Amino acid sequence: MAKISKQKYWRKNLKYLVILLFIWFTVSFGFGILLVDELNQIKIGGFKLGFWFAQQGSIYVFVFLIFIYIYLMNKLDKKV
Amino acid sequence: MDLQIWIWLMIGVTFSLYIGIAIWSKAGSTKDFYVAGSGVSPIANGMATAADWMSAASFISMAGLISFMGYDGSVYLMGWTGGYVLLALLLAPYLRKFGKFTVPDFIGDRYYSNTARLVAVFCALIVSFTYVAGQMRGVGLVFSRYLEVDINSGVFIGMAIVLFYAVLGGMKGITYTQVAQYCVLIFAFMVPAIFISIQMTGNPIPQIGFGSQGSDGVFLLDKLDGLSKELGFSEYTTGSKSMLDVFFITASLMIGTAGLPHVIVRFFTVKKVSDARKSAGWALLFIAILYTTAPAIAVFARTNLIETVSEKKYEDMPKWFDNWEKTGLLTFNDKNNDGVIQYVADTQLNELIIDRDIMVMANPEIAQLPNWVIALLAAGALAAALSTAAGLLLVISSSISHDLIKKIVIPTFKLNDISDKGEVVAARISAVFAVAMAGYFGINPPDFVAAVVALAFGLAAASFFPAIVLGIFYKRMNKEGAISGMLIGVSLMIFYMLKFKFSLFGEVSSLDWWFGISPEGFGTLAMIVNFIVSLTVCKFTSEPPKKIQELVEKIRIPSDEKN
Repeated sequence: MAKISKQKYWRKNLKYLVILLFIWFTVSFGFGILLVDELNQIKIGGFKLGFWFAQQGSIYVFVFLIFIYIYLMNKLDKKV
Repeated sequence: MDLQIWIWLMIGVTFSLYIGIAIWSKAGSTKDFYVAGSGVSPIANGMATAADWMSAASFISMAGLISFMGYDGSVYLMGWTGGYVLLALLLAPYLRKFGKFTVPDFIGDRYYSNTARLVAVFCALIVSFTYVAGQMRGVGLVFSRYLEVDINSGVFIGMAIVLFYAVLGGMKGITYTQVAQYCVLIFAFMVPAIFISIQMTGNPIPQIGFGSQGSDGVFLLDKLDGLSKELGFSEYTTGSKSMLDVFFITASLMIGTAGLPHVIVRFFTVKKVSDARKSAGWALLFIAILYTTAPAIAVFARTNLIETVSEKKYEDMPKWFDNWEKTGLLTFNDKNNDGVIQYVADTQLNELIIDRDIMVMANPEIAQLPNWVIALLAAGALAAALSTAAGLLLVISSSISHDLIKKIVIPTFKLNDISDKGEVVAARISAVFAVAMAGYFGINPPDFVAAVVALAFGLAAASFFPAIVLGIFYKRMNKEGAISGMLIGVSLMIFYMLKFKFSLFGEVSSLDWWFGISPEGFGTLAMIVNFIVSLTVCKFTSEPPKKIQELVEKIRIPSDEKN
């Protein structure tokens, strides 16, 4: 596998962080708080969507984000 | 079988298990005592972190709190889980790479200053003590309720048990008992939830159940919204706090979670950097099981409660109503003497006062589940309270023996350095001291305990988080910036707490809050101030020594010099 420099490793890590934290912010502060009234117009089953993001959806996404990061970094770690 | 026998049985079995584990995992060295020899597997550490994290408050009070707050309760759900994303992405791997024992260790070394270390120890102690006082009280309450002893004896029993395994086993003993405690508490939380979900919606998964239809074909949440409105409460799924305050409280809880020393220190216990990331993932997964179930329990319990009591005759109330009335957690005052319970939002007309804690505890009785489920719930609540108390006590004892005695007092007064064995003894003595202090607060709870626990997060956010993040992500960050940032951040937070929570500077109301931000949410603002102060001061002072900049380079790359 092609080796990369430490600088490149760090920049790549920062890129992952920015993307993942953007999603983290969007699902919780975005969908769960700032846009909650708009999303509550949409209903899935018995859940209003904004309410669902605030009490369920954001938590699932959080777990998912950490496991994605683990996967990405384990791959990146092998290259340095 | 009789309920009381079931309870003694469950508690007896689980406690023998904890004590057995403590004897098996006795600590030999400081590395064992502070970080469990850095040899814990990521999944075990994930469970231990989850148990450490979920306190009596998460177990007993949170679902009840949400059931009375509705949408506003989301601040706890998102706040106390979202912080783990920050931990996994911004802190845990780098702190593990740094590879020492405590948070003040990192602050002291990274900012090449014992002043910084001292400020960090001070912040760690304030945060941990405010937090642990509430926990010991929780232990006492749970014991007294289930074992029918008074609260003080409850606190003493709790102290004796924590003392035993924290002092003997240190972090190693605590970690493995926490793994067992996690299993007990999650099982105890899920069993009643699943039963009730099946009863009310026919769906065994509570997370889906509370978005389904009840037996009458109406969606449960729609029904609850309707019932709430009818009784004058705000609609369950929309809430009544301002959006700005919800935003700030959520942020403060998230960032505070990522800055709590007893959580951070758990990531020092794994073998390598990639394991630190993994265990943060497992920890959040294990926590999410409880945190996604809690809002479902909240909805079930609230609906059940309203349907059982509202506009019903007092004399027709089921047996659990009497039982909880006796404890004083449920009080009925028939104001209009019609013998019917009016449960409404208007305090003038409302006749029923319900302590939010009973929503989880009375749930199995309300749903008429068998006695062993109630006993299981008791064992689970105790597991939750004990595991959190033990984790906090360890942070306090290592702050004293390691950060204060070994790293500050001995070098400052040029005393003879203590040996590793000596430091373990010092750590054990500090642990005894910490347990005694916590017990004291448990028996003589200052009025402010309950109020302050939520604020511990604000304090952690306002003090540690910026110093650690800047220490990793900004190489130029120097000691002047970090120290002034921490001091100003934490003082501002304490000031705001005293002003608006305890009215120390004259009477105030929520109308006087700065920008409409409650004390619970103020940690976010104090943290922003900390960042600004740190960066500004740093800009006008000299850059850190070359050696430190190299250290920062090193902690950023996991593969360098594995340890």
